[in-house]
Amino acid sequence: MNRIELTRIPFIKNTLKSRYPQLAVFIVMLVGYIFAILAGLIGTPVGSHNFSIVFVWIAWWAILILVAVPFFGRGWCAVCPIPLPGEWLQRGAILAPPDKRPKWLNLRVPKMFRNIWMQNISFLLLALFSSALLTTPNITGIVLAAMLFVAIGLSAIFERRAFCRYLCPVGGFIGLYSQTAPIELRIKDKQVCVKCVGKPCYNGSDAGYGCPWDVFPGGMTKNTYCGLCMECIRTCPHDNIAVNLRPFSADLAKPTARLDEAFKAFIMFGAAMIYAGVLLGPWGTLKDAAYNVGTGAWFMYAVIFLAIIFIVLPGLFTLGIMTTKGRQSLKQRFMSLSTALIPLGLMFWVAFSLSFVLTNASYILAALSDPLALGWNLFGTANAAWQPMLTTILAPAQTLALVVGLVWSARTAQKVNEAGTSTIPVIVYCFVATSIMLWLLL
Amino acid sequence: MRLHFSLLLLVMAGLVVAFAPLPVPAVAPQERTFEVDARQYAYSPSELKVNAGDTVTIKLVSTDVVHGLYVDGYDISVEADPGQSARLTFVADKPGSFRFRCNVTCGAMHPFMIGKITVGTNDWLYRSIGLASLAVIGFFPLSSFLNQSKKKDERNIAS
Repeated sequence: MNRIELTRIPFIKNTLKSRYPQLAVFIVMLVGYIFAILAGLIGTPVGSHNFSIVFVWIAWWAILILVAVPFFGRGWCAVCPIPLPGEWLQRGAILAPPDKRPKWLNLRVPKMFRNIWMQNISFLLLALFSSALLTTPNITGIVLAAMLFVAIGLSAIFERRAFCRYLCPVGGFIGLYSQTAPIELRIKDKQVCVKCVGKPCYNGSDAGYGCPWDVFPGGMTKNTYCGLCMECIRTCPHDNIAVNLRPFSADLAKPTARLDEAFKAFIMFGAAMIYAGVLLGPWGTLKDAAYNVGTGAWFMYAVIFLAIIFIVLPGLFTLGIMTTKGRQSLKQRFMSLSTALIPLGLMFWVAFSLSFVLTNASYILAALSDPLALGWNLFGTANAAWQPMLTTILAPAQTLALVVGLVWSARTAQKVNEAGTSTIPVIVYCFVATSIMLWLLL
Repeated sequence: MRLHFSLLLLVMAGLVVAFAPLPVPAVAPQERTFEVDARQYAYSPSELKVNAGDTVTIKLVSTDVVHGLYVDGYDISVEADPGQSARLTFVADKPGSFRFRCNVTCGAMHPFMIGKITVGTNDWLYRSIGLASLAVIGFFPLSSFLNQSKKKDERNIAS
């Protein structure tokens, strides 16, 4: 299947090129985000009735992992409100044409931080505290507020969206899994970019800002770092930027060659399995350990969590690929073959989230009617009873997701594997991991 | 043609693995009673096993705050006040593995206060692992067909 250029459709192109539709969505998102912070800080301490918990960790999470990431890649980043206040202050404008004079320090992010290790660490930090974060409104409120202020702070010091590109714990895994999405932003003709004077898509022009994600579209080969902000569509003087519909996982045929990205795949793969066991399993001791932050049991949980992600999973994977010989170094093969874990990892998260979201979605109705637990009943659903949804199709849906993910990963392994070497160890690894995930979920 | 036939064969095998009836061991239905302690945020015991057709009684004892017990798939529940117990009796006529969970908000980790009841054997787990095995076994010949047809297309384009 070839690509279909969506920006050939005038309505889509005009909508993406104009700043106003995006601004309208941004404002709604920013208001919702600030409301979620306030609800977390001043609303009811009962998590399952607090707007911040219900809307962030049930509604938003469901939309993100079940729809936005699989089908739109970084579509969430395109409308995420977190970088906005910092970016507006950095630019000194919301919609006005760019002013070439930097408003704040506008420093370049040091080279040692220009990777996703910081995103890996920030995700793991949140993951280790996630049992408390997911269930305690004021912790959610504090974390949401902290992300907003850190983004503002980084915008004051560094150029462009340093927070989104190098620190956001969510952006890291969205970038990883966006490679599987059937949407991409790419240039139409490389020669046009080569001859283009001034590279306004990267450096900015009177028509708009230089890429906020610090990406030169002319050299982009995968979705990972493109935030779909559409700024380059506005600044390209040659109409050489397209948004395309494409086959799923088109980026994965070109394997990653970076250790930070390879470990991101393991972090997400392992975290989904650990969450399935700890949060959805019947083992109270694990839940106690994960929730009681700072206790000895929690430290043990944290050590085991990190050991699974950094030692057990990559170690077994390495042992597997060591059984086959190849021309490339072991490190090179580790990095490229870890790409095969991306589709299965995404499907692990889909299967985990289906269970979590369908069981708890009915809380949304009550929180919508009484978001601050002040006794309101805005939509007449404040007293809606908790009721799990679609429990009869949950297990088949999870099986389907995991089996599709397994086949998808096996196919990816074949595509990224160097010619003449066997993919069997990677496929066996994925099969064993899938079987463990099935056992944890079913 | 061979690709389509192989694919059809694989799908049919998948349907058999997913839906073919399995022999059920003939065990006379019994009355089973479990005393399940509920505390923030765990049940003890947290895993129950019964045979299909058993009449199951769960005596839920709440040891701290108000807790409930809702059984997925059966859509039945019971609640117990602190220090009190309550009974839930039902006929386990749906085989499989089901989560049971607290249905009364009992604290921060309430949404994750979960236990598991298995009625008969957890067939769906074995069927799912069977489907995953079948997918892997079927993957190799199918991907070989796909690779061959891709090479053939590339040769046709080149010539």
